[in-house]
Amino acid sequence: MRELSLNVMDIVQNSISANGTIIKITIAENSVEDTLSIVIEDNGRGMTPEQVNHVQDPFFTTRTTRRVGLGIPLFKMAAEQTGGYLNITSQVGVGTVVNAVFKPSNIDMTPLGDINQTISLLIRCNPTIDFVFCHSIDHKTFTLDTREIKEIVGSEVSLDNPDVMEWINGYLLEQNELINGGARNL
Amino acid sequence: MKSLEELKAIREKAQAQINLREEKSDAVRVLVGMATCGIAAGARPVLNAIVDEVAKRGLKNVIVTQTGCIGICQYEPVVEVEIPGQEKITYVKMTAEKAVRVVNDHVVNKQPVTEFTIGAVNK
Repeated sequence: MRELSLNVMDIVQNSISANGTIIKITIAENSVEDTLSIVIEDNGRGMTPEQVNHVQDPFFTTRTTRRVGLGIPLFKMAAEQTGGYLNITSQVGVGTVVNAVFKPSNIDMTPLGDINQTISLLIRCNPTIDFVFCHSIDHKTFTLDTREIKEIVGSEVSLDNPDVMEWINGYLLEQNELINGGARNL
Repeated sequence: MKSLEELKAIREKAQAQINLREEKSDAVRVLVGMATCGIAAGARPVLNAIVDEVAKRGLKNVIVTQTGCIGICQYEPVVEVEIPGQEKITYVKMTAEKAVRVVNDHVVNKQPVTEFTIGAVNK
């Protein structure tokens, strides 16, 4: 994967397949500690301890169309090649948390890439799932919670409505500029 | 700044249009393969281009959605178009530019883009 944001899109797909209805994606960049952490948390069906071990093996997959599953192994490799790590905690019937920590100063660091496009497409293509996206860079942070948006637009307006998506894209762009130190429209 | 007031305005606008919405049962479905293989091969810009084009043209009765791996990873990014009453068409090795053409020619004008289909590429 050329961008970590593509790995995020891929890992979230597992949460969707596990029938998660609330998926929380947290990106935290810390320049002092030289870490970037990505946490993907869902309330899907969860996994047994054996399954948690298995998903880190490229030759394990729950699907039937092919015999390899590279999502978690690729994400893990991206973290470990920077000196970071990936861990998974899961409980059957409760949900799964995938936590990956990267060292951005490492020469093998994969750029985060266009995380906003990932979030936007996930919301657009899964309007019935609730997403909570939290992105922080050092002390600046913002959160997008689709449950709050749904409360305002009401149940009769789907989040894949083009006007709603335009609002979401604009919000992501503007908040991203703010946490990146951009001073536009303060 | 994006304000919550704008969202309220969207709600009011949508409520005014709600009766004009067509039934979803005869909707055209556009499925983009977004498993690890698809994403690694460049499915995200393809999906983004389709979503943008559908929004730009204001297409109401089109459902754009993600799907998993259908087992032809070597042909990713894969896009499937299902028009009710017609055979499902599978497009392979897609790019953002090809995807825009599929929306325009196939989804809007109901003319499949034969040269991008799996049958044409597989020859």
